Amino acid sequence: MTSTTFFGLCAAALVGLGCYGLIVNAQLLRKLLAFNLIGHGVFLVCAIIAHRGAADGLGGDPVPQALLITAIVVAFAASALAVALILRLFEETGSASLTRSDGLAKSDTAEQEH
Amino acid sequence: MTTPTTGGGLLLVLTVLLPVVGVLLGLVVGGRHAQRVALVTLLLGLAIAVALTGQLMHSGEAVVYVLGGWSPPLGVALRADGISIVMILAVAVVVAFIAIYACGNFGTPAGVREARRPVMFWLLLLAITGSLNLVFVSGDVFTLYVALELLTFAAVPLVSLDGRAETLQAALRYLLYALLGSMLYLLGIFLLYGAYGTLDIALLAQRIQPETLAWAAAALMTAGLLAKTALFPLHLWLPPAHAGAPAAASAVLSALVIKGAWFLVVRLWFDVFAGVVAPRSMQLLAAMGAAAILIGNVVALQQARLKLLIAYSTVAQIGYLFLMFPLAAGLNAAQLDSAAAVSGGMLQAISHATAKAAMFMAAGLIYVTLGHDRVADLRGVGRALPMTLVAFALGGASLIGLPPSGGFFAKWLLLSAALASMQWWWVAVMIAGGLLTSAYVFMVVVRALQPAEPDWKPRTRVPRYQQGVVLALAVCSFLLGVVAWCPDVTRIGRPGLSVVEAR
Repeated sequence: MTSTTFFGLCAAALVGLGCYGLIVNAQLLRKLLAFNLIGHGVFLVCAIIAHRGAADGLGGDPVPQALLITAIVVAFAASALAVALILRLFEETGSASLTRSDGLAKSDTAEQEH
Repeated sequence: MTTPTTGGGLLLVLTVLLPVVGVLLGLVVGGRHAQRVALVTLLLGLAIAVALTGQLMHSGEAVVYVLGGWSPPLGVALRADGISIVMILAVAVVVAFIAIYACGNFGTPAGVREARRPVMFWLLLLAITGSLNLVFVSGDVFTLYVALELLTFAAVPLVSLDGRAETLQAALRYLLYALLGSMLYLLGIFLLYGAYGTLDIALLAQRIQPETLAWAAAALMTAGLLAKTALFPLHLWLPPAHAGAPAAASAVLSALVIKGAWFLVVRLWFDVFAGVVAPRSMQLLAAMGAAAILIGNVVALQQARLKLLIAYSTVAQIGYLFLMFPLAAGLNAAQLDSAAAVSGGMLQAISHATAKAAMFMAAGLIYVTLGHDRVADLRGVGRALPMTLVAFALGGASLIGLPPSGGFFAKWLLLSAALASMQWWWVAVMIAGGLLTSAYVFMVVVRALQPAEPDWKPRTRVPRYQQGVVLALAVCSFLLGVVAWCPDVTRIGRPGLSVVEAR
């Protein structure tokens, strides 16, 4: 097994674990961690592609590395936004998981400004 | 391959950069100045969109701007062709209407230096405009990814602007769908780069081969985008998110934001994957659209609340947007001009944007007047808000597809494309969808026309200009059918439409 194949399998395992976690966990924080796991798998794929450029005697392909940095920053921003929303939800309801609701169940009584 | 910057290229940069500058400036000055900055920026944005349209129609070619003079594949190019320009113009117009409406709900109250809700609303509105424009003019798939993420990050907080628990849940559910979608899209990009060594749309279209890897990338990217655009069966996040947001925010989300990811599907399938996707996969995409039309409309009929009804109607209308794929392919296969189907799809997107924005804003006014939005209990609206009810009916007429509305002309183009390419089953779906839509529009209008109880008084008086702006937008949507007499802008700079038959 070459290192490319090995890391490719690792990436597949990460994405698979992440998808599983995203589906089965009800807690939002765990869902967020699962999303990050998927993200790491995808980033690993990108790193393998950059490394493959190096295997061709190019001294490493810089483009995927630039993409990777950008993608990590974007995923970080996404996680920060999600954590902020989860914290606010916890302050409001005292729980941090998604309940089954049609979204407007309570707004009949809630004073809503439109 | 070098594509030099064309005349008017700087306008492309401005159309993206100006809203971003507006966001930063609004954040710095804060308070009630944020609103003024936003209004000025949106006005300038409208002027730029008009200038860009003029440039495109004058030259008859796509406008290109090569960033920093580095041409692809090393550099990044911005490119606006016919379909981008109509979307930029539509977004600029609809956002301008929504902004005037929102002045009534998101003004900073007197005596307060800064309130969170108004400042955030105006900044997010600018951010959505800027990121949508970036989606429309990006020339490479990775910039598109960044644009799409910016759009999501601007749209999610709009959902939970109220800060109530159920809107926070809706926002989080939306965010999770969107994040999973963006990861799938990103994986597709990496696979494409790994195989073909470029991210530029034009170069990718030349290099791509019909092989397993390209199909996998197409499937991953499309699935991710469908989650973001809420095509059935990935629509579950949409109704609570769109119905729970404040009316002006719902209008932005429902009319414009979902079109960003849809536009990307159009870009990918017609420009990048044109040579490699099989007709069967186009049929699958449209079958999901058909399911969205039927199920979305039936569920909309059962809703007890006006805003949820309109949100489910959005789920259904998204379905129409995906019918154009097999129709365009079918026309191509029959050696006919596929531009009619593409124009129909684009027009459907624009007429839905105008009509749905007007309907959500009308629902907002009805909510304020009645203090609720229960569909069964809309008596007296016709008397209290005549202009708003007319606006709702006109928007509904456009969704149903009554002449001379934009929806009519769009469905006419799609129907004739379906008949010309002998795909009668899509005709049946479109007609059934129109009938179901008319059922719930009439249900709402008839109930709103019933006289109120004698001692009933509106809870709040709605400013006249808000009613006027909703009506104006609805009239725009209703009269959009006149574009039948305009030159077909969507063809400009799109020789790529014939790529399907060339391969």
